[in-house]
Formats: sequence, C-alpha cells, structure tokens
Amino acid sequence: MARTITMREAVNEALDQEMARDPSVVLMGEDIVGGAGSPGEDDAWGGVLGVTKGLYAKYGRERLLDTPLSESAYIGAAIGAATCGLRPVAELMFIDFMGVCFDQIYNQAAKFRYMFGGKAETPVTIRAMVGAGFRAAAQHSQMLTPLFTHIPGLKVVCPSTPYDTKGLLAAAIRDNDPVIFCEHKAMYDMSGDVPEGTYTIPLGEAEVVREGNDCTIVAYGLMVHRALEAAQALSTESISCEVIDLRTLSPLDLDTVLESVESTGRLVCVDEATPRCNIAADVSAQVTQQAFSALQAGIQMVTAPHTPVPFSPVLEDAYIPSAAKVASAVRRTMGKE
Amino acid sequence: MADNPFPLDRDRLLAAYRTMRTIREFEDRLHVDFSRGDIPGFVHLYAGEEAAATGIMMHLRPTDRIASTHRGHGHCIAKGVDPRRMMKEIYGRKGGSCEGKGGSMHIAELDVGMMGANGILGAGAPLACGAALAAKMRGDGDVAISFVGDGASNQGTFLESLNLAAVWDLPAIFVVENNAYAESTSRSYAVAVESYVDRASGFGLPGVSVDGTDFFAVYEAAGEIIDRARRGGGPALLECEMVRFHGHFEGDAQTYRAPGEQEELRKTRNCLTRFRSAVTEAGVLTDAELDAIDAEALALIDEAVVGALAAPEPTADDLLTDVYVSY
Repeated sequence: MARTITMREAVNEALDQEMARDPSVVLMGEDIVGGAGSPGEDDAWGGVLGVTKGLYAKYGRERLLDTPLSESAYIGAAIGAATCGLRPVAELMFIDFMGVCFDQIYNQAAKFRYMFGGKAETPVTIRAMVGAGFRAAAQHSQMLTPLFTHIPGLKVVCPSTPYDTKGLLAAAIRDNDPVIFCEHKAMYDMSGDVPEGTYTIPLGEAEVVREGNDCTIVAYGLMVHRALEAAQALSTESISCEVIDLRTLSPLDLDTVLESVESTGRLVCVDEATPRCNIAADVSAQVTQQAFSALQAGIQMVTAPHTPVPFSPVLEDAYIPSAAKVASAVRRTMGKE
Repeated sequence: MADNPFPLDRDRLLAAYRTMRTIREFEDRLHVDFSRGDIPGFVHLYAGEEAAATGIMMHLRPTDRIASTHRGHGHCIAKGVDPRRMMKEIYGRKGGSCEGKGGSMHIAELDVGMMGANGILGAGAPLACGAALAAKMRGDGDVAISFVGDGASNQGTFLESLNLAAVWDLPAIFVVENNAYAESTSRSYAVAVESYVDRASGFGLPGVSVDGTDFFAVYEAAGEIIDRARRGGGPALLECEMVRFHGHFEGDAQTYRAPGEQEELRKTRNCLTRFRSAVTEAGVLTDAELDAIDAEALALIDEAVVGALAAPEPTADDLLTDVYVSY
C-alpha cells in the first residue's frame, strides 16, 4: 500500500527491507549509528542527517558498522568484503569526500571484474550525498556524477523522487556490480507516494515524467524538478516539453532519449554538475552522433558554471541551474529567444 | 634418519622447499625472458624473498585470503596459484589467471584465496580488512593477510587499515616485506622509525620483526600470529627483513645499488641455500631429494613457458567482455 513518505524515509526503508531479506547486507559508514562508544550510543544520530536512524535497534552492532573517520580504509574494506560474500552498503557522507578514497573505487572495485578475467563480483553499494543548496560551500556541495560515469565497471544512480529512491536503492543493493548511489541532500525532505512493500526499479531505465511535442528536456536528480517547473511555465506559452528523468547515469538509457528527440526534434540537457565532460555534454554528444538528422535546432545545455560551489547564498542560488534558465534554453531551441 | 629438529615434518619441509624453488625458478626465468623482449608490460620480481611468502602461506587454508602487491608472483605461487596459468597471464594469453586481461600486476585466483596482485601501492590493505571482516562475520576462523613493501608502508591506506583492523578487532595480518628499497629509494630515507614493530604499537597492534630470508623464523612468527588471529585474538603486524635480487622492475639498471651488492646478497642472504644447509646439515633431507625438486621446478617452469607461448592471444571480442556482471 502506498503512503506518503519523505526521501529520507524511503532510503531508510530500502535499507531496512534489504537487510531483512538478505543477511549478507551490512551497512558501514561514519556515524551511521552515531555516538559509537559514547554514553548515548544507541541510535544517537543514525547518520548525520538521520537517514539510517532506527536500523541499529533492529540489526545491531554486528551489521551496522560505525567506522573511524577513515574513508580509504572503510570504503576499501566494504569493497574487499564484497568480494568475500558480503553485500555491503557503505555510506560516504558527502560525495566530495570521494577524493580521499577514490583509488579504492576506480582502481579497485571498478576494475576487479575485467582485470581478473571475469572472475570477480563486487556487489557493493556506495551511498553519498550530492548537490548544492545547503550553503555548505565548495567541499560539501558538488555534483560529481560525471567522475563516476567516466569509469567503466561502475554503475551510477541519482534518483529524483522518494518512489524511485526506494526502488533504485533496492536494485542497487541487489546488483552484483559496484554502484555509486547519489542522494541529493536538498531532497531528503521531499515527500511522495511510496509502497510499503519491497520493489525494485531496474538500473538503466530512464522515465518520461512529462510528455510533450516541441522539445525534450533531459535531467536527473534535483534538476528533474527544475525541468518540470520550466515545462509547466512554458506550457502557458504554448510550448510543449517532454521531460526525461535519466534516473540511472551508468548504464545510460539513451534509447529513451533518442526516441523522444526523434519525435520533438529539440533537446535541452540539464545538469547540476559543472559543464566540462558532464552528463549533459555526454548526452548531447551521443544524440548528435546518433540522431543528428532528427534535430531541428542546436542542442542546449544548462549546467552549473565552471566554478567551485560558492558559499554566499546569493552566489549559490546563481550557481544552481534554475527553472528560468531551463525555460530560456528551451525557447532558444524554438528560435524564440 | 636423524631426529627432526624442525617444526615441520619431512613432507612439509619438502613442500616448503618446492614452493620456494618454484618461485625462484619462475622469477629468474622471467628475468631472462623479459630481457629478450618476450614479455609485454611491467614485471616486478620476487626472487630473494621466497622464504617470506612460503613461511607465511604454509599456515593458510585455501579459504584464507591474501591481498598482494605489484611484486606478487611469489605470493601467488605460495598461495596455490598454478604457475602455468600465471605464466600465460604474464604473456597476455587466453587461459591465463585473468584471461590475459590483468598481466603480472593483477594476477588473481579467487578460488584459492588470492584476492589479487595490485598495481596501486598499499591498496590491498583495506581490501584485506574487508576480507577479514567477512571472515569474522562467518566465524569460521579464516584470516586475511595484506602484504606491503617497506615503500607502501608509508601509504595512508596501509596506516588507516592498521587502525581499522585494530578498532574492529579483525583477523587481519599485515606483512611488511622490507626489502630495503622503495623502488630505488632506501628504506632508511623514507621511514623514520627503526622497526615496524614501533609502527604497529603506535596503532595498538602487536608486531614482530624477523629475518625474512630465514624460512624457519618466518614460519614460526607467522604461525603464532595467524593462530592467534584465527582464535579471535585480533590483528598483528609481521615485518620480514629481506633482500631483492633483481631491480624494482625488469629493465631497472639499478645504478642506486652498491657495486656487487646483488652478487653478495645471492651468496650471503639466499633463503634457498640457507634452507638447504639447515635441513641437510640436520640430516632430515638429503641433497639428492632437494636436487630432484630443483629439476622438477625447472621442468615445471619450462612447461609453463612452452604452454604460455602456445596459448592463444585474446580476440577482439574479448576487449569488450567482463566489464560488468550485467549492464
């Protein structure tokens, strides 16, 4: 039965249900229980934003492993354990911290299967918060998805709704390849209908979240909502937009995008990541290569600027792609701006 | 036959010698074949260090895991990887340990507990912590061993792993193979502490330092540490002081070493001759028995090279397979 819960609760529920159905699922991360070794140990925090709260009481210290502040060691341990029969879900609090443990992800987890001739399976999920909007400045706000889609051997997910979050996280945990699961921190309080029971959404399937005829807008994560806002605003100008939520960035469901562009003839790619070699640029290049003849106008990209994320609220608001910028890009493809 | 003063029976002593001799033959053969240009890529040889891998691995079960290094051939052979599959891999052929996709620096045989050689220094230590965590959760007494050189012992991954293993009380063992050189840089230049035992104690771990060219010293120290870890006694560090007979990589002119250093080491710190002297002088094994093993090891490596040269190259189709389990 569906009821309305937040994305934070959807993450928690997916973790809970996957731990219940599979005893090899263990959680690791900094403060995922919170207060380990302190007087108020039991579920003191449940993660810095409370996402894992309540799980310790159900599964205990054995399966909820608070870690030292030591990302290289515990992300690597999650990866090593994944090759030895466990199915770890490691929380890397902010994706910005990936820098200190990146080797374990892109040289180890991502490469085992190929480098070892197809023998290895590394069923690890690494959850991390992504995105700007928290006034958290340059080192806690990045959208680093393109770093991971660049690496063969990794899968990358970035959902935009509580429903997708629960289903995609369950699929990621059950998947036998390493998955980077990106949760937009500005969306934890977003509510939506979510069934109580377990379900999965296959990795690598985009979703058409609004149908339209004039222009396709491709987005993921928080940007899906900006795209939908723009599409709504443009409808009053008699411009009909089709909005595609990529949901999974690797594998990338290009077919859904191509099918839409064949019908609309126009494409706007929206990405909260900085512009060079990002998801928007990737989709643009592939559509240009495979559907050039369908395009009636140059592809437009709406992205963050090529700068670090600023602290000042005024500057950060200007940094994040807005619905107005998306709408403006669509108008450009229509020759109306 | 004389009384056996060693902690291994005759069969186990013969097995130990066979492992060490097979490693030496494998590596010295690669040294020759590489110099002829027969072998692609980077190759780092373990010759001179055989007593460490063998003395440790003789305590392990197939289900125990090891995370190896770029200088991993010796670890592979001692852990039970087939040298014929290794040789094919090093030649980049089908039927190699990794179907020719990994090469010397990435040989892995998961079904005998060899988690992989590693081209990234220190990267195996966190992976071994994960293997040790899985073993601890299974509760079957398995252990995981991470190898690093004296060079990689300075990596953050290694130091963080010492701490993680200590605070999680993991059945993990960290072996520092101190061969006195980090690539070309002297150990004394790059490591400030006198002994790795001091480093271990800084993280709350027991540590032992042994002469890594003395098989029996390694065997005894490793046995205690591994047994303790199996019984839930937690992690430890083992330093093996050893020598590297070849360069950092094949093709290394080794201008940083003293003139005659390697020849001298082959004479004075050769773990194979040391083992042979010990067991023959005690009257437990005979030269004839050991000579026979020498001949068998030579024949095995010959067979491995012939097999590698005869093995097919990967095809263009192989380029795109096995990136993911599913995609």
